[in-house]
Amino acid sequence: MGRVELTRFPIIKSAVKNRWPQLAVFIVTLVGYLFAILAGLVGTPVGSRNFSIVFVWIAWWAILILVAVPFFGRGWCAVCPIPLPGEWLQRGAILAPPDKKPKWLNLRWPRALRNIWLQNISFLLLALFSSVLLTTPNITGIVLAAMLFAAIGLSAVFERRAFCRYLCPVGGFIGLYSQTAPIELRIKDKKVCVKCEGKPCYNGSSTSPTAPLSANTGYGCPWDVFPGGLTKNTYCGLCMECIRTCPYDNIAINLRPFSADLAKPSARMDEAFKAFIMLGSAMIYAGVLLGPWGVLKDVAYNVGTGAWLIYAMVFLAIIFIIMPSLFALCISRFGNLNAFKKRFATLSTALIPLGLMFWVAFSLSFVLANASYILASLSDPLGLGWNLLGTAKAAWQPMLTSILAPGQTLALVGGLVWSARTAQKASTEAQVSSVPVIAYSLLATLVMLWLLL
Amino acid sequence: MKRSELLSRILITVAILVAVGTPLFFWARTPIIHAQMAEDGGWSPDVIQAAVGKPLHLRLTSDDVVHGFAVGQMEMDVVDIEPGKVTDVTLTFDKPGIYTFFCTRWCGLNHWRMRGTIEVSGSGSDPAPVATPLYVSLGLDIDAQHESPMVPIDQPSSVRGQQLAADLESSNFSDQDFYRANSPYQVFEVLESTNLTETERWDVVSSLWQSNTTSEALANGKQLYAQNCAACHGENGAGNGVFADDLQVAGESSMRNMTGANDMLMQTPVDFTNPTQMLGASPALLYGKILRGGMGTGMPMWGSIFTQEQIWDLVSYLYSFQFDYQGEVQ
Repeated sequence: MGRVELTRFPIIKSAVKNRWPQLAVFIVTLVGYLFAILAGLVGTPVGSRNFSIVFVWIAWWAILILVAVPFFGRGWCAVCPIPLPGEWLQRGAILAPPDKKPKWLNLRWPRALRNIWLQNISFLLLALFSSVLLTTPNITGIVLAAMLFAAIGLSAVFERRAFCRYLCPVGGFIGLYSQTAPIELRIKDKKVCVKCEGKPCYNGSSTSPTAPLSANTGYGCPWDVFPGGLTKNTYCGLCMECIRTCPYDNIAINLRPFSADLAKPSARMDEAFKAFIMLGSAMIYAGVLLGPWGVLKDVAYNVGTGAWLIYAMVFLAIIFIIMPSLFALCISRFGNLNAFKKRFATLSTALIPLGLMFWVAFSLSFVLANASYILASLSDPLGLGWNLLGTAKAAWQPMLTSILAPGQTLALVGGLVWSARTAQKASTEAQVSSVPVIAYSLLATLVMLWLLL
Repeated sequence: MKRSELLSRILITVAILVAVGTPLFFWARTPIIHAQMAEDGGWSPDVIQAAVGKPLHLRLTSDDVVHGFAVGQMEMDVVDIEPGKVTDVTLTFDKPGIYTFFCTRWCGLNHWRMRGTIEVSGSGSDPAPVATPLYVSLGLDIDAQHESPMVPIDQPSSVRGQQLAADLESSNFSDQDFYRANSPYQVFEVLESTNLTETERWDVVSSLWQSNTTSEALANGKQLYAQNCAACHGENGAGNGVFADDLQVAGESSMRNMTGANDMLMQTPVDFTNPTQMLGASPALLYGKILRGGMGTGMPMWGSIFTQEQIWDLVSYLYSFQFDYQGEVQ
């Protein structure tokens, strides 16, 4: 299991250590983000012709789930503009730490909430309204703006990036799935960290008077993670701050085998349920949004009606009761019951690659079907009759239809194999048989194949 | 503050201003007329100002489904307005007045409520005074019952009636004023003095009705009917258009609740294939109903949209659901 240190290459290292390249990308994404909010609010209410819908839910989503998460883990978080304004406020600077720190509340995040349950809830909140959110520019604009303001507000009250770490509806699953990515940020030599005084990577350079004088001044980890203790990608936002801060140049970005973090599964209930939430919602979406059942689509769209309430209840029941209980039934026949919770969480690791590939397969169909809207939307982002690129009249045309079904099958079968291998490792850890978990994954894959094909 | 920090702040501030300002600026400077289903507001704005002789450029977009745009009593190509796309239309008015623009696509149950006005100001030849409609000068109550006490057993045939009509001595039957002022049943009654059988009398009526129209008028009427009437009254006139069931439901529920204008009383659209109704209605009466619309029912007012000639063409087409014009209706 070889690892290649990418920061060994000077060009990569300087691009990461210097604050400007990342800032340049931040500015581009911030402009895109704000433009999407405005387009959602003042542009045409027709979703397929509005930049906010087309760019957020088709273009960005495609890049996120098909490229960024599988290959770069939290790569999107590294350039996401949401924390930028709040962080400017909180730090009192955009680049290196200022001489005088602004006086905000800087509270510690409440201990009881130091998990991803809030992210599980925020994701589900959006998921239950997704039919409306994904098609209504106004709503998309409001939700995007709300996330930006929430991040700014939390920056003023709590320390670090509280929104990203504990609230962002997207950040939760990116973190979960980033464990499968072939990229990681890790320390090079543990002994260096042990000796390091002040731990500037966590506390920031200004609070580390004993650190050797160097050009390395920076902030403590915005994600509230001690880089020296990193064993999995889940909560490392790849913001690169510790690389800039570490006085010993002891932090690296590595290329590594896929799903390296899953070999030694961590056993947390919030993460286990995140796996069920993601797996379950991919399947429900495949049925509701892509399936042939018009009634389901209507019910999911008519938010607030009695039928929608039932839909929401069923949605939550599938995710929180049916799928986990079935999983629990599968694994409870083996081993003793004392360590059941731990075993449940450990074995659910196998559902991480499965869920990711479910999302890849699900996203392929609507992304390929709707990608042609991107051209028209680029040329007339607000639906005001512009034709900036001459492509405003581009007709809707599903793309690569011939490879859709094979591609989805490959993703699902590949996900099953990947999940089975992960299950074998996790079951070794939990000292039980992997067969029930693999059977569960097989069942889920068959259902998903039936729903999609 | 370091120069680099200052630069970064300026860059971000400018980026924010550009990202927020550009769409707002162009949005504010691009006046677009938005079309929505009538239930959601119809045209916005629905009053447009224009001046005689000055080209009026309109940019139209739809916020929901495909709509159409046309101006009543004006020669123009009907345009489609597609969701999220912008359609440009240029109009020039040569007479001042208030024009009605309307949706030409069956966009929803209240499609016909999608109307707005263009107020054209300026000098020019004064608009010709509107002639008093025939139903007014005849003193017809167009809301009164107009059932025919008798109906033919078979569909009256113009071909059969043509020769019989030619043999009739009285000539004022084919007179246009006589035709417009009388219902088929009234003429059928007048013909009682002849020695024709009932079937023959109906055939004569049919041929008289046909002699008062032309194949061009019927074709024009048919086209207008298909575009504007068939949504409710049905393509074959049977009152079973695509909206008929919904109109009935909406009508029934509004009668129960008596809620406001949006659910106003609607009834099942009139069935033009029903001889009792149609043979008791004179052309002037049908003209009046089309011109004015049926107050309190879903029947729209067409007087501001159709020209007089268009209404007469429609009226003559409506009778083709009763009479066999032998292929005259294409």
